[in-house]
Amino acid sequence: MFRSHILVCGGTGCTSGNSMKIYDALVDRIQKEGLEKEVHVTKTGCFGLCAYGPIMIVYPEGAFYSQVKVEDVDEIVNEHIIKGRIVTRLLYKETVGEDGTIKALNDTNFYKKQHRVALRNCGVINPEKIEEYIAYDGYEALGKVLTEMTPQDVIDVISKSGLRGRGGAGFPTGRKWQFAKNSVGDKKYVCCNADEGDPGAFMDRSILEGDPHAVIEAMAIAAYAIGSDQGYIYVRAEYPIAVQRLTIAIKQAREYGLLGKNIFGTKFCFDLDIRLGAGAFVCGEETALMTSIEGHRGEPRPRPPFPAVKGLFGKPTILNNVETYANIPQIILKGADWFASMGTEKSRGTKVFALGGKIHNTGLVEIPMGTTMREIIYDIGGGCPNGKKFKAAQTGGPSGGCIPAHLIDTPIDYDNLIAIGSMMGSGGLIVMDEDNCMVDIAKFFLEFTVDESCGKCTACRIGTKRLYEMLCKVTDGTATMEDLDKMEELCYYIKENSLCGLGQTAPNPVLSTLHYFRDEYEAHVRDKRCPAGVCKKLLRYQIVADKCKGCTLCARNCPVGAITGTVKEPHVIDPNKCIKCGVCMEKCRFGAIIKA
Amino acid sequence: MAKKIDVPFNGTKEQEEKLRAQLAQLKIEHDGKGLMIAALQRAQDIYGYLPEAVQQIIADELGVSLAEVYGVATFYAQFSLYPKGNYKIGVCLGTACYVKGSGDVYKKICDTLKIEGGQCTDDLRFSLDATRCIGCCGLAPVMTVNDDVYGKVTPEEVEGILAKYMN
Repeated sequence: MFRSHILVCGGTGCTSGNSMKIYDALVDRIQKEGLEKEVHVTKTGCFGLCAYGPIMIVYPEGAFYSQVKVEDVDEIVNEHIIKGRIVTRLLYKETVGEDGTIKALNDTNFYKKQHRVALRNCGVINPEKIEEYIAYDGYEALGKVLTEMTPQDVIDVISKSGLRGRGGAGFPTGRKWQFAKNSVGDKKYVCCNADEGDPGAFMDRSILEGDPHAVIEAMAIAAYAIGSDQGYIYVRAEYPIAVQRLTIAIKQAREYGLLGKNIFGTKFCFDLDIRLGAGAFVCGEETALMTSIEGHRGEPRPRPPFPAVKGLFGKPTILNNVETYANIPQIILKGADWFASMGTEKSRGTKVFALGGKIHNTGLVEIPMGTTMREIIYDIGGGCPNGKKFKAAQTGGPSGGCIPAHLIDTPIDYDNLIAIGSMMGSGGLIVMDEDNCMVDIAKFFLEFTVDESCGKCTACRIGTKRLYEMLCKVTDGTATMEDLDKMEELCYYIKENSLCGLGQTAPNPVLSTLHYFRDEYEAHVRDKRCPAGVCKKLLRYQIVADKCKGCTLCARNCPVGAITGTVKEPHVIDPNKCIKCGVCMEKCRFGAIIKA
Repeated sequence: MAKKIDVPFNGTKEQEEKLRAQLAQLKIEHDGKGLMIAALQRAQDIYGYLPEAVQQIIADELGVSLAEVYGVATFYAQFSLYPKGNYKIGVCLGTACYVKGSGDVYKKICDTLKIEGGQCTDDLRFSLDATRCIGCCGLAPVMTVNDDVYGKVTPEEVEGILAKYMN
């Protein structure tokens, strides 16, 4: 028995902040003190509150230390572990009550409204130990399925739960499995899409890093349901920690007989291999992903035939996303009704969002479907930093759209998001404040899709490029009002004529910003002005005469000599010489220089 | 496109043997199916990049045409046909980093090193690439130099960070 457990976050966010050095230093110190039989140090998956990383929790007190540094390790061991005095200065301040007592983590604003199903083990168990997963009911669902249920029972439970694909499009999972089960074939495949490509979304990575066995167990359940004996997990090579933990997990599952032949003493055989992606966004599309597993250029192919009929290596295949799989064992154990009791009528269960951008609490949150954007951004996320005004939230990455401030009370589910011109996507949620230019954001996403378009179909290959060029004209101030109409027309053309999801959704960022922020586009076109002060070609730096003390600092630092004036007199900027580098604004101590 | 640098291919015999051995191993692991991407990944681990001579070895071993190898190698962002610098700089241009100003950091690096994304400095010391989200959005904007991660980077800090790798 250990008297104390120290959990150190080993997710990518905290690891980038040096949490593994903290872990090593802790283990080292605990050994030096001869406490290794009393104090257990373990690394876990992501806690979710990445903004305050590196994070560690010490139990039984539940002390949640945030932004820990290697130098703090000695103090934590000396004070907390040896003397029993919690290091208050390092506690996440939300967990400290007014009277100085520690509040439970689940009572803090960030965690209070969350409901963790897919993330339930992340930050709780050591992902590199199968025993810890098993202790948290791991592989019990697989056992139940193999010994008590028929494949059709499994599919019925999943269908009844209302689970929809968490990768973006929201296709009902049970129905997908039913198609594959009904397909006749001597060989069938179960695939997992872990090629998380949406910029700003990292829930799949966190699940793989924090709870890899949940995905393995779910894939085995899916294989049983459709009659498959081989699975592939397609992971981004850019996720080294996830790949490493998956590799360990698969090895352990094989050693325990949970993968391989005659699992749980039944006739069911199933094995799993990892395939590494090589960096192509289009490979998140199901047919492109399968082409890539086959070892080719990851280009999509027309559907039908759907993968459930003719997928990987020409055989019936199901492909689900990591988060979808992570829900499966819980649904089997707790029942379809339990899962369906969460969320909204057409979108059951919970959804993980990656909060990023201009928001206090960046990180991962899992909330019941139907939670409003306001609750996520203000109650959980803590709102925009530096007192800035919330302007829009972007969901769905390059396939999604921007949700403006006036729709912030929309309950989030698949259908509501589509209705307001965005989409769930994989769950990236990027918050933007008044300093972000919506045309620039649309241009940013288009640049991404131009780069990632595989080039197979004309509408996407050439259409996105032309659309990008039109957006450049807008941000350069050379577009006309007719260009805006042409842009909209081109958007619909690309949507209707592209072969796969990438092209069909690529114009969404443009359409939604054109719809909700048309005034901003018009300001660029008509007034040659960027209201947010982002688009460089439209910027004008000006000196406010009343505030300028004539200290000459700006003039001395201007790289092109565009600022003139006499000492102790207000200076002026020559707009024809100014290259808009912004150095003057940074240097001015009186706040006299403004962007207009 | 990456800047073409005239570096003669100087792969060693040991490297070639290692590659051929790994390809043989791969064929067993993958049951002979769909091994092109894994083959290129192994080759790039060994050589650091994928020059024509290396692509030819893979084509021979897998029994496919050089064109097919080239087609796959040029499709995926991970593969490079040209050598990378000793210090590989990555700047995340994912959305979360971008809205927090990583575009300015990227531009500052371009200006400082006088290269563009995908290129390598003449002395092969630095190469620069824009990366997709590396998943530590809490640290945005993020830049990496090999395995070192720098969070909350401002353009002013760029020169100081690069200076650490100058000798």
